[in-house]
Amino acid sequence: MTVASLVQNISYAQIAAPLVVAGGALAVLITELFLPPRFKQAVSWLSLAVLAGAAAPDLALWPGRTRGTFCMPPSVINVSSLSPIPKNLPGSCSYVADRFTLLFQFIALAGAFVVVLMSVSSMKRDRVPTGEYHFLLLSSVAGVLVLAGSRDLISLTIALETVSLPAFALVGLKRWSGRSSEAALKFFLVSVASTAVMLFGISLVYGATGNVHFGPVALHLAQPLTGPVRHLVYLGVGLTLVGFAFKVSAVPFHFWTPDTYAGAPVPIAAYLSVVSKAAGFAGLILLTGTAFSPLLNKTGPLLAVLAALTMSIGNLVALRQTDAVRLLAWSTIGQAGYILVPLAAHDPQSYSKHVDASIAYLIMYAAMNLGAFAVVHSVRSTSLEAYRGLAKTRPLASAALAFFLLCLAGLPPGVMGLFAKVAVFGAAAGSHLVWLAVVMAVNVVIALYYYLSWTARLFATPGELTASVGRSPTTLRFAIGLTVLVAVVFSVWPQPALGAF
Amino acid sequence: MNALLLATLLVPLAGIAVLYLIPGATAERVATRLGFYAGAVVLALTIALACLFDYTKTGYQGRVDWNWVPALHIRFQLGVDGISLPLVLLTALLSALCFFYSIRHAPEGGSQKAYTALLLTLEIGMLGTFLAADLILFFIFFEIVLLPMWALIATWGSGDAKAAATKFILYTLLGSAVMVVGFLVVFAYTDSFDLAWLTAHARTDVPKGAALTAFALIGLGFAVKTPMFPLHTWLPDAHTAAPTTGSVLLAGVLLKMGTYGFVRIAVPVLPQAAPTYAPALAAFGVVGVIYGSLACLAIVRKPDGDLKRLIAYSSIGHMGFVLLGIGSLTTVGMNAALFASVAHGLITGLLFFLVGGLKVRLHSARLDDIGRALYRKAPKYGVLLAFAAMASLGLPGLAGFWGEVLALFSAIRPGSGLTQGSYIAMAAIAAAGLVLTATYLLAVVRRVCMGPPATAGESAGDSTVTELTAVETATWTPLVLLTLATGLWPALLLGITNPAVRVLMKGV
Repeated sequence: MTVASLVQNISYAQIAAPLVVAGGALAVLITELFLPPRFKQAVSWLSLAVLAGAAAPDLALWPGRTRGTFCMPPSVINVSSLSPIPKNLPGSCSYVADRFTLLFQFIALAGAFVVVLMSVSSMKRDRVPTGEYHFLLLSSVAGVLVLAGSRDLISLTIALETVSLPAFALVGLKRWSGRSSEAALKFFLVSVASTAVMLFGISLVYGATGNVHFGPVALHLAQPLTGPVRHLVYLGVGLTLVGFAFKVSAVPFHFWTPDTYAGAPVPIAAYLSVVSKAAGFAGLILLTGTAFSPLLNKTGPLLAVLAALTMSIGNLVALRQTDAVRLLAWSTIGQAGYILVPLAAHDPQSYSKHVDASIAYLIMYAAMNLGAFAVVHSVRSTSLEAYRGLAKTRPLASAALAFFLLCLAGLPPGVMGLFAKVAVFGAAAGSHLVWLAVVMAVNVVIALYYYLSWTARLFATPGELTASVGRSPTTLRFAIGLTVLVAVVFSVWPQPALGAF
Repeated sequence: MNALLLATLLVPLAGIAVLYLIPGATAERVATRLGFYAGAVVLALTIALACLFDYTKTGYQGRVDWNWVPALHIRFQLGVDGISLPLVLLTALLSALCFFYSIRHAPEGGSQKAYTALLLTLEIGMLGTFLAADLILFFIFFEIVLLPMWALIATWGSGDAKAAATKFILYTLLGSAVMVVGFLVVFAYTDSFDLAWLTAHARTDVPKGAALTAFALIGLGFAVKTPMFPLHTWLPDAHTAAPTTGSVLLAGVLLKMGTYGFVRIAVPVLPQAAPTYAPALAAFGVVGVIYGSLACLAIVRKPDGDLKRLIAYSSIGHMGFVLLGIGSLTTVGMNAALFASVAHGLITGLLFFLVGGLKVRLHSARLDDIGRALYRKAPKYGVLLAFAAMASLGLPGLAGFWGEVLALFSAIRPGSGLTQGSYIAMAAIAAAGLVLTATYLLAVVRRVCMGPPATAGESAGDSTVTELTAVETATWTPLVLLTLATGLWPALLLGITNPAVRVLMKGV
């Protein structure tokens, strides 16, 4: 093994998107220092420009011919325990900009764009330090972008930490608010614990396979596993998945979610529920679909149970909520359960045929959930009673919220949500998980109750507690309009989302 | 003809658009009239459709076919054939009549603009359900109906309307969510949602076990909608609470979406599974007949019985006959189911209109408040009520007769693979139900129409009922005429449905 063979080629075109965002984060932090207080708002525009700019290299790479960078030559792959040694060793690049990566990067960039738009007008009100806010947000986004492209266990872990660490600070950024600090602390402790569990799992997987790159790991796991190593592998795989289950707030790893969302600034709650959750799903799909794919018959049932629990608990608890953000938090838990369904396939054929349903659901979920959070943010009060009769004073915002809620429920006119659910139902039926599809059908009905009662509240007669807010700021209205537009387009023409992957 | 199919869906949509584009105050004033224009245009379009329809051909006519969502294999496919045509006509007719009736008798309690827009949305959903030739498109239209009906009941309903509306939507959504899972089980083996293709191929492509699962799931969805005993509990509450037009469309059209689903999708697509479940369908249908009649008898004997509730329970009985017809798995049975569906739509539509008229006059539909001697107080009204009751109890010569008698006939000679003995027993019980039906409807006529007006000492002043208004006469005459026409000349309807049913039932 020569030294030259260890020097990796770096394709900057492929890592341009995370680089732009990471560089942008620093630029935002420094620029804000030198701006007079009157112009601090301008940082938001810089953030938006960075996010839009980062999409450009991704667009140039679309439609994602499989490329890789930071690649290891096949000669250094640990094949000691393989017999026979395969002729064509799988790729072992640490970062790959394929269609999957680009798609998740688009979701993250678009989601973060809307989040920044939402927060432009509320920074002052929430007394949040502008520069730090945007720096942390962009850093976290950079983590998501890297996570989507990482193809080895170490990059994946580091990327996940890059997503999470700034997020703790973001949640606690309302320093004057006790709830915000509590939320941040809770989020921090739970996340750190889950990371520790995940790292332990990864170390077991590494110990058993001698590799960190997904391809070679899968190669080793495909070997018939014998002896005590087998149990180590199962434990390692299980613990690694648990780490990501925390990230997507799958039951029973969801306890941090409602408190964290309720304490955080609303745009950050939206960020956690969409972008950070998308990162968690990207990780789950990468692990179950590539590195651990030979063990689908083990991970599938695990995820199926997780999905059933997640949607059932999420929707049942959501029924009892009286706070808009908490309700949305529990609803996102329920929705995460639906997204898990296609990943619960027990065999590789079903998995690869149906994984696109998860991604399609995630794309549509991003649009409708961000939209709902944007309207909640514009109403400023999070008590559900504040929404009673809102249609009288804020007809457009109410119509938008009603539309998003019906999308989440999957009932026309929210046809987008209906398509997303049909896709997931189809995945379950196609993977011979009819029981899971039936559990999901029951859950759709439970969820309808709370979405519908919120919608009905919008059009009821106003009460004493009805929020009285004037027109929202232009940026916030633009954010709502943008999500409505996406939701309407996907309702009429869902092909781009459903056929994206 | 393709354009006609699309236009029937687009005209109500255009109506909604116009409602929300013209200034609010004007829209509020002209809303119901605008709704009627849209409804009348749709009715004219469907009549044109019936004129252009080639009655000698089978299979879909006038197909619209767009590749809508290639990723999910969903096609935007519309078509009409002998099975859907009568139901499309019924929908367009009842909708137009509801709009016409609403010009004068729009329910109070909310904006008329919203009310009209909801009715128009409802019409799109109902027509689309009968026109769709793709399973997922069918499902989408099936779902479109839910929200407007929920809002109609919750906003314009009476009594405990909110709870009734919520019960309605949760129940039916559970049904349709389970139903779509069934569709997707079929899809997992066939890779197609195309109804025509599935009717020809699913019987060989879907293995027996999966077909049994799929039929159970799909059948559950339709059984809730129909409704089949014991899944009927949403219906009495919803009907009692709904405003008049809501009840008319609920009974007249929405219930038919369930029976249509059985005839069009469940049985022809999965004939290999149908014989397993058919006896259950028939048996629950017969239980429904008896149960519905007994519930009606109980209501008519109570002084505070609600007439709307009574008609709702009678619907369960009538739909029981429809299920018996479907459960026989014969051509006769399917024809009977379709005939009884259309007849029930006409007659029960008329009954709900009549009771709604009483409710407008007396602000109550309780038997006590309606009082006695309608013949004396408002003779024309009384006669019309008696006519509708006679039609509903299946008097020969009126529409109600043929569907139920044919259903009984079909049960005597059930399809292959079904035990004739048990079916004959079920037919006998259902025939007893026919007698019970006559009993309670005659009791209603005696209780409401006949008898002396209450004397001073008997109750605190008997109700006065004003005679039929011009709008009411105009709205209800078409229903009376069609009830007579289909009753006297059943071939009018059977001639349309029979060829299509024969083709569908070829492999069953």
